[in-house]
Amino acid sequence: MRTNRAVSWVLLALGCLYFVLPLIGMVEFSLRMRRGVYSLDAYWVVLADPKFQSTFAYSVVVGLLTIVVGIFIVVPTAYWVRLRLPGLRPYVEFVTLLPLVIPAIVVVFGYIRLYNTSSFLPLTGSATGTNILLVFGYVMLALPYMYRAVDTGLRTIDVRTLTEAAQILGAGWGTIIARIILPNVLLAVLSGAFLTFAIVIGEFTMAALLNRPAFGPYLQFIGANRAYEPAALAVIAFVITWACMAMIQIVSRFAPKTSSRSN
Amino acid sequence: MAHQDVLAAHPIRARRRLPLDWLGIVPFAAFALLFLILPTLNLIAGAFQDRDGAFTLQNIVNLFTPSIMAAYWISIKVSLASALIGGFMGFVMAATVTIGGLPGWVRSPLMTFAGVASNFAGIPLAFAFLATLGRTGLLTAFLMNVFGFNLYSTGFNLLSFWGLTITYLFFQIPLMILIITPALDGLKKEWAEAAASLGASRLQYWRMVALPILWPALLGTIVLLFANAFGAVATAYALTGSSLNIVPIVLFTQIRGDVLQDPNLGYALAFGMIVITGVSNGIYIWLRARAERWLR
Repeated sequence: MRTNRAVSWVLLALGCLYFVLPLIGMVEFSLRMRRGVYSLDAYWVVLADPKFQSTFAYSVVVGLLTIVVGIFIVVPTAYWVRLRLPGLRPYVEFVTLLPLVIPAIVVVFGYIRLYNTSSFLPLTGSATGTNILLVFGYVMLALPYMYRAVDTGLRTIDVRTLTEAAQILGAGWGTIIARIILPNVLLAVLSGAFLTFAIVIGEFTMAALLNRPAFGPYLQFIGANRAYEPAALAVIAFVITWACMAMIQIVSRFAPKTSSRSN
Repeated sequence: MAHQDVLAAHPIRARRRLPLDWLGIVPFAAFALLFLILPTLNLIAGAFQDRDGAFTLQNIVNLFTPSIMAAYWISIKVSLASALIGGFMGFVMAATVTIGGLPGWVRSPLMTFAGVASNFAGIPLAFAFLATLGRTGLLTAFLMNVFGFNLYSTGFNLLSFWGLTITYLFFQIPLMILIITPALDGLKKEWAEAAASLGASRLQYWRMVALPILWPALLGTIVLLFANAFGAVATAYALTGSSLNIVPIVLFTQIRGDVLQDPNLGYALAFGMIVITGVSNGIYIWLRARAERWLR
C-alpha cells in the first residue's frame, strides 16, 4: 500500500506540472514587458486602454443581463415542470442539454441566417437587436448549467407543499415564484449565475460573429497585434474565472444539505 | 400527448374544465424554439437546398472534396487525441485521489482547480500556452538555456496538430476528472477485498472487476470530451489564426466572408458538425445509462 501511495503522489505531481507550467509561463510572460526587469507595465498598459475598459464593461453588462434573462426563463420553467408537468421533464431536460450538443458556432450561424435584415424578425439589422440576440444566445449557452443548478436547488425543497401553503394564504403565481420559490433556490441560482458569468465574460465566437464590441473579440485583437499584453489579459481572465468558481464554492457551503425529496 | 399522461397521473386536476397547465411552459418553449431549435433547423434545411431553395443533395456531396475532408479529418484527429490523452490523464489523476491512497485533503483543492481549469478555455488559454510553449515562451527558453535543447528544431510548433492537442488537454483533463471521480467513488471497497480474498492480483482485479464496471463511464466521458473539443473555436483561432484548417475555423471564416464561395456549402459544413457532435453525444447518453446500472 505504501508503494501505491508513492506512485499516486508521483502521478498527481506530474499531472499538476502540466497545469502549473502554462500558468507560470503566462504570469512570467506578462511581467516581461520592460526589458531586463520584471514589471507590471503590461497590466498598466492594458488597464489604461480605453478599448479594454469599454469592451470589458460591455461584457459585464451583457453577462448580468444574461443572468437576469436566464433566471426569468429557467426558474419559472423548472418550477412549473416539477409542480404541474412532470411528464414533460425528460423532454425539457433534453432541450436544456442541446446547447452542449450543437456547437455555439453552428447556432450563431443559424441566427445570422434566420434573423437577417429581410427576415420576419430582423434582429441583426440594428445594434440593439443584435445586442438582444447576443444576450439570448448567451442564455442559450448557459442553459445547461443554469437549468441543472436550479433543478438541483428545487429538489431540496418541497415545491408542492410550499405552493399549496402560499395559495391558501392567497398568493398568486407571480408572488409564489418571486417570494417563495426564488428565495428558496437563491443559492442554487447564484451558483448558476457565477458559472454563467465565467462563461460569458470572455466568450469569443458569438460576439465576434455578431460583430459586438465585447471582451472576447478584444482579447483576440490584442493577441494578434501585441506581445506582452495578451499574457496580462490571460492572467486577468484566469483571476476572473477563479473568482467565479470560488464564489460558487462559498455559495454552495451555505446551501441546505437536505437530501432529495420525492416530487 | 404528454399532457394526457399528466392528467391521468393527477386525477384531481382532471376535474378542471380547461387544462391550462401547458401555458406555464410557453415562455421556455418560445425561447428554445427561437434561439436554439429554429436556427439549427433552418441551417440543416439550408444544407439540403440549392441557391434557389430547391431540394438537393449536392451540398452534402460537395463536402467530400479533398480540402473539406482534410479539415474534418484534422478536427477529428485533434479531438480524438485530446479526448484519449485527456481522458487517460484525467482518469489517472482522479484515481490518485479516490482509490490511490492519497490523504483526503488533496482531493478538494484538486476538484476546485479542475472546476476552474475546465472553464479556463477560449482565447486566454491560447495566450497562456503561447507564453509557455511559443517561440519565446518560458518553457521553450528554459529548455534552450538549461539543456541546450531547441524545441522548435524538432519540428514542434504550437500552431500544429500536437500544439493544439496539448493546449486542449488543459480543459479536457479537468473535465474528465470532474465527471469520472463520482464513478470511481462508486467502486465499492468490498469488490476489491472480495477479489483479493479469492486470490486475485491487483491486475486481475482491474481487468476482471473494476474496468468492466467502469468502461461505460470511461468511454462515455471520452466521447463527451471528443464532442467538447470538436466544437471549440476560440482557442484554436487565437492560437493559429486561420493557418490550421480545422472544421470550426473553416466555418468561422466562411461565416465571416464566404470563403467557400457557396453559402449552401457552408450550411452543409455546419450540418456535418451537428451530425458528428450529435452522434457522439448520443453514444455518451447511451453509455451513461449503462454505466449507472452498476454505479449507484
